Amino acid sequence: MSIRIDEELCTGCGACQASCPYGCIEIIDDKARITDECTLCGACVEECPVEAIILEREEIKAEKMDISQYKGVWVIAEHYNNKIHNVAFQLLGKGRELADVLKVNLSLVLLGDDFDDKLEELGQYGEDEIIYVKSKILKDYYSDLYVKTLTELIQENKPEIILIGATPTGRDFAPRVAKRLNAGLTADCTGLTIDLETRNLLQTRPTFGGNIMATIRTPSSRPQMSTVRPGIFKIAPKTNKKAKIRKINYDYKQKDSVTKIVKVISREKIKINLEEAEIIVSGGRGVKSKENWHIIEELAEILNAEVGGSRVTVELNWVDHDRQVGQTGKTVSPKLYIACGISGAIQHIVGMQGADIIIAINKDENAPIFKVAHYGIVGDLNKVIPALIEEIKKTKKDLKKNNL
Amino acid sequence: MKIFTCIKQVPGISDVKIDPKTNTLIREGIPSIMNPMDKNAIELALSIKEERGAEIIAISMGPPQAENVLLEALSMGADKAYLLTDRAFAGADTLATSHALALGIKKILKDSDSNEKYMVICGTQAIDGDTAQVGPELAEDLDIPQITYVQKFELKGDDKVIAERAFRSEEIVVIETKLPVLISVLKEINTPRFPSMLGIVNAYKKKKVVFLDAEALKAEKAYIGLTGSKTEVFKIFIPERKGEHVKLTGTIEEMVKTLCQNLKEDKIF
Repeated sequence: MSIRIDEELCTGCGACQASCPYGCIEIIDDKARITDECTLCGACVEECPVEAIILEREEIKAEKMDISQYKGVWVIAEHYNNKIHNVAFQLLGKGRELADVLKVNLSLVLLGDDFDDKLEELGQYGEDEIIYVKSKILKDYYSDLYVKTLTELIQENKPEIILIGATPTGRDFAPRVAKRLNAGLTADCTGLTIDLETRNLLQTRPTFGGNIMATIRTPSSRPQMSTVRPGIFKIAPKTNKKAKIRKINYDYKQKDSVTKIVKVISREKIKINLEEAEIIVSGGRGVKSKENWHIIEELAEILNAEVGGSRVTVELNWVDHDRQVGQTGKTVSPKLYIACGISGAIQHIVGMQGADIIIAINKDENAPIFKVAHYGIVGDLNKVIPALIEEIKKTKKDLKKNNL
Repeated sequence: MKIFTCIKQVPGISDVKIDPKTNTLIREGIPSIMNPMDKNAIELALSIKEERGAEIIAISMGPPQAENVLLEALSMGADKAYLLTDRAFAGADTLATSHALALGIKKILKDSDSNEKYMVICGTQAIDGDTAQVGPELAEDLDIPQITYVQKFELKGDDKVIAERAFRSEEIVVIETKLPVLISVLKEINTPRFPSMLGIVNAYKKKKVVFLDAEALKAEKAYIGLTGSKTEVFKIFIPERKGEHVKLTGTIEEMVKTLCQNLKEDKIF
């Protein structure tokens, strides 16, 4: 197993050097040279315009998997307190798209109890089928029971793609299921497309703290599993279609799990859900002080919006940690996102670029936030925001008048 | 009791900047560091050792230079350190990485020839890949229970494990199980100590990092390194910044007026 450069073909163009996330390629005498630090990640191979980089895998005398046996797209639902996590509906939207490209069925897999009377409504989000595994104990999340049940279901039904929300729950069971199946799993994806020729799922995810994006594929084995970041894809539209319901009863007992849930503790704080907000007004370093933060709150109030903040505003304690938008905070996709005094570091951008409309207000006309913004206002936010609040009041008043 | 702590050497990515001209990563001068959450894992192991006695074994898979983070683990107070290093391990995805680590842990347990209880502590995720997959995959390979996203941990009696798992922003679930167990910890669990002078001297003079290659682990090629990986990197790129770059012009009053008209057309109001 090794990587090498075909020196006859190599033109020393340097495309590979730019693509290497580890900085392991040097250009010496117009030829690329790979240093010992190379991790064999393979990122350079596709980049080479003359196919001079060869990544050799040792041939293993193992039976090659017949990947054509695997058909269909699955979305695994997660729930708490008998409420399905929103990411499942986002995955149904994306899953429908992928299933249509592949011309296969889309299934929602739900492990729970007490969902019987909700299945019909749940079946209206574009899926062809709901696989409902019912067991009393599954009203709560048990890592080992999820792993066991899902592995068995997957082995029996052989879906080619499995999408799971990248929540602490999804990211708990997905790797273990993947390992038991010896299947490829890609974490925390933010982009999913199909390469129709190979039927491979191309899974794009931020890596190195959001500084670079990597597209990952699982070319020779199935199923292809992804955990997908919540808030990236739009919720599937409700249809009149009704999914077929397949109910499987399991008689799990407490003793079937190696773990026991002792209790659930609610954290004492205001429950906010930035991921579901339609409008978010966020502030950054440009707000200047905690005392001045009210200006962000006032704009949010008039728009009936949630307040968000960049990482630095959380570190400076201007705003609560739950409201941080970005790589280390929440990923949001509201209808409207207003960034006030936020310069637009890539770590922030990855958390909000999914918004339908982005407005940036910043003093520095060269701030990178303007590159993602749909509307940019260069100016002092202390002057712009009060003027904007007045204008919004006026616009809303006019609209009300016209509607009467 | 043996406590294994899994360590990863990572680039200190908070320093990574993009060259605006070439749109590539500026890598010069980026130091290699111990993954921050792995320090929390070592700290937890140390606190358990101080309370009830244990042998702390730091383990890492990586290139030879990853010895540095294991020396750091020894300096913090780990008793032993093993580096799984071999070209055959290179190119591993999380599946292949977790297998090499599992083989390492099994070998160390077998060679120690005692029936001591053990546990494995990992950082929940590494700051370079951010996958959070190696922990659960390692637990599966070792066939032991796992508790991930742990922010509080307690050992009671002989082998009772009680851990608080942060599973939603609003709720924490308290889970009970028995040793052996793998837990992956969040940074909230503790504040890692700095190595003491004596710790550093001991690490470099009295302790040493043991290197194990694929042969020593009797690793099957089909399950390690690039060959044992199911996923592969198709391409890597710098994220594009989209947007329509509409910079509004005029006085502040004019700009906010145009903006509100646009938002009205976009049906925000």
